[in-house]
Amino acid sequence: MEPVKKEHELIVTVSPHVRDEETTSRIMWTVNLSLLPAFFMGFYFFGLKALFITALCIISSVLSEYFFQKAVKKKLTVNDGSAFLTGLLLGMNLPSSLWSFNPFTIHVPIIGSVIAVVITKQFFGGLGYNIFNPALIGRAFLLISFPKAMTIWTEPTAAFLALDAKTTATPLGILKEDGLAKLIEAFGDKLNLYAELFNGHRAGSIGETSVLALLIGAGFLLYKRYITWHIPFSFLGTVAVLAWIFGGKSPETGKMLLFAGDPLIHLLSGGLMLGAFFMATDYVTCPSVRKGQIVFGIGCGALTMLIRIKGGYPEGVMFAILLMNCFAPLIDRAMKSDVFGAVKEKKK
Amino acid sequence: MALATFKGGIHPPDKKDIAKDSAIKEAKSPQRVVIPLSQHLGAPCKPIVSIGQEVKKGEVIGEPGGFVSAPVHSSVSGKVIAIAEFPNTMGRMVNSIVIENDCKEEWTSLKDNPDYIKLSADELKEKVKAAGIVGMGGAAFPTLVKLSPPKEKPIDTIIINGAECEPYLTADYRLMLEKSSDIVEGLKILMRILGVNKGFIGIENNKPDAIDKMKDAAKNEPNIEVCGLEVKYPQGAEKMLISALTGREVPPRGLPMDVRVVVQNVGTALAVYEAARYGKPLIERVVTVTGEGIKTPANLMVKIGMLISDIVDQCGGFKDSAGKVVSGGPMMGFALSTLDVPVTKGTSGILVIPKEGVVHTEEFGPCIRCGRCIDICPMGLMPSMLSILSEKGHYEDAKEYNLFDCFECGSCAFVCPSKRPIVQFIRLAKSLTKP
Repeated sequence: MEPVKKEHELIVTVSPHVRDEETTSRIMWTVNLSLLPAFFMGFYFFGLKALFITALCIISSVLSEYFFQKAVKKKLTVNDGSAFLTGLLLGMNLPSSLWSFNPFTIHVPIIGSVIAVVITKQFFGGLGYNIFNPALIGRAFLLISFPKAMTIWTEPTAAFLALDAKTTATPLGILKEDGLAKLIEAFGDKLNLYAELFNGHRAGSIGETSVLALLIGAGFLLYKRYITWHIPFSFLGTVAVLAWIFGGKSPETGKMLLFAGDPLIHLLSGGLMLGAFFMATDYVTCPSVRKGQIVFGIGCGALTMLIRIKGGYPEGVMFAILLMNCFAPLIDRAMKSDVFGAVKEKKK
Repeated sequence: MALATFKGGIHPPDKKDIAKDSAIKEAKSPQRVVIPLSQHLGAPCKPIVSIGQEVKKGEVIGEPGGFVSAPVHSSVSGKVIAIAEFPNTMGRMVNSIVIENDCKEEWTSLKDNPDYIKLSADELKEKVKAAGIVGMGGAAFPTLVKLSPPKEKPIDTIIINGAECEPYLTADYRLMLEKSSDIVEGLKILMRILGVNKGFIGIENNKPDAIDKMKDAAKNEPNIEVCGLEVKYPQGAEKMLISALTGREVPPRGLPMDVRVVVQNVGTALAVYEAARYGKPLIERVVTVTGEGIKTPANLMVKIGMLISDIVDQCGGFKDSAGKVVSGGPMMGFALSTLDVPVTKGTSGILVIPKEGVVHTEEFGPCIRCGRCIDICPMGLMPSMLSILSEKGHYEDAKEYNLFDCFECGSCAFVCPSKRPIVQFIRLAKSLTKP
């Protein structure tokens, strides 16, 4: 038996001495991965332009994070996948028509990425401290600064090499301007409309159109428990209920007809699925207590429908989430978790 | 039927296979023991021996320094060679008595009294007091205090904690297998002292053989129920255990007696039995020596005051080189800076983690507010907020988030994807503010 050497250099750290394998960067890269199906559908429908735009957003997001952190001598965290995720989400939220040399608009995604990563995230202290979802602020900034370029939608086409696709309006745009009858007409019949909205064969932002692909990614995240049902389901549920109650219009007078709306059209179109599963669930900018998340989701849904029905924009998901981002810290403060034993104590 | 459990909790790998099959062995009596005068929560003991004095095994060498205290006895026979400050497993300097072992193992007095159960509650309590028994699950709270509830807090249930939810540790498991009837007797004595007629023995379901053994030992006791518990950390935390078995929730900042319950560890129950029957003081305990870095894992009956270096020697030393040695379990135990510290009444295990197994967490990231810690916190707290507030120095604000309800189980730090030292932040805030 060998005697123990007494002068062993022992490592002394605080408990716990075992840790879970999960890391921040693994979470971020998994979310990136879960967005791939939707991105591929965007690529399939909108062609190389979609790929270029998204790549441009990712590269400029990662580079702006790198250079900012170098400039202010902060620890480099570009490997954690969060800047990549911001770029990917921003790209998927832009119209593919931005890849255009005449008029020249390819600087737009770059500006959006810098706004997202540097102003929205790093200026507030970096990952974990930003109040607003970076990709959405990036997009909101672009929508306000370049309203024309940001609302040119190309028709989805499988011939994806085509660089000069025809432009058209998004389903929500048609619904807002011309009404439900026109929208159904544009897609042939109602069933076809649902089917096309579900598989994503419609005009819209690169990554938002294919509900099917988004649900595959979202299902994966739910299965891995990276997100929970609380935000997306309360968000979607609120949209469905409000669309049913307030979404109907009388075909003759054009006035609102209560309890006559079509919730399915509202659920399947616009950026709702992308927003509800991948943007509203952003850890940093949503409440962290589950019951608060339900309130957050309901708020997102209500604001979305308010903008869609009463607002100036056909789509309201982005502004709804950003507005609710403001309330996330307040919701967390007001709805703290239930301390063990406290409930029983009150009952006594 | 769903197993009894609580809300929240985590599932760290249990690693009990390493030591679970080695039966309890008597550790060789060491040449000298270092017996700290403070091995429990509460007032330290006052030494009542002097240097050079001969003492016998089981002789009182330190008298309790207050009500919340417990006497300390010599674990060997021999001569007092020093009374001075020595480091304990938590790295603090504690007044200790060093005794040179004469290896005669001479007892003061040890009488078998098979009729112990006929003793009155007060007489039994006196025996527990004299034996210096403290909670052996780790916190080392003097047992006598738990057995003396104030009049306005009647007790109706006693729970024996056999959950042993800390990964790696198997000391309680071995005791339940090898001393099952003694533990049941211990519970009966505790029930008699407190005049209680409901006793539970709660055991995590990953120890089916221990559950069977205990059920068998308690089969003639209609008032004692042996219950399987869901395998989940921290199932063995007092409040979690009470909630799982009785459905009662101890109020925030409250004690088990607020819901009419007293919880005692398996080892404590055994010590109570031995004190009542033989008048044996608490001078030894089972320590699990385990981990991937120790040559021969074992469950050893160790004399209080034996140095951890001697124990490691007896277990064949380290494989290659030890990275970290932890006193206690991996979730709440303390990493040692030196092996020359003594085993105390609360030392449940010695965990040797090899260099390659050490999780490096010196670097941590910002809180990404993923909410994992909130989901699993057994106390229903928001560890993320506590860690952020403490990191920024807002210790007072942390109280708004129920800082002092945290019992530092470490589940939050375990699940944190940013590897934040949440428990450490919470301890810091606790130490810099008042409840």
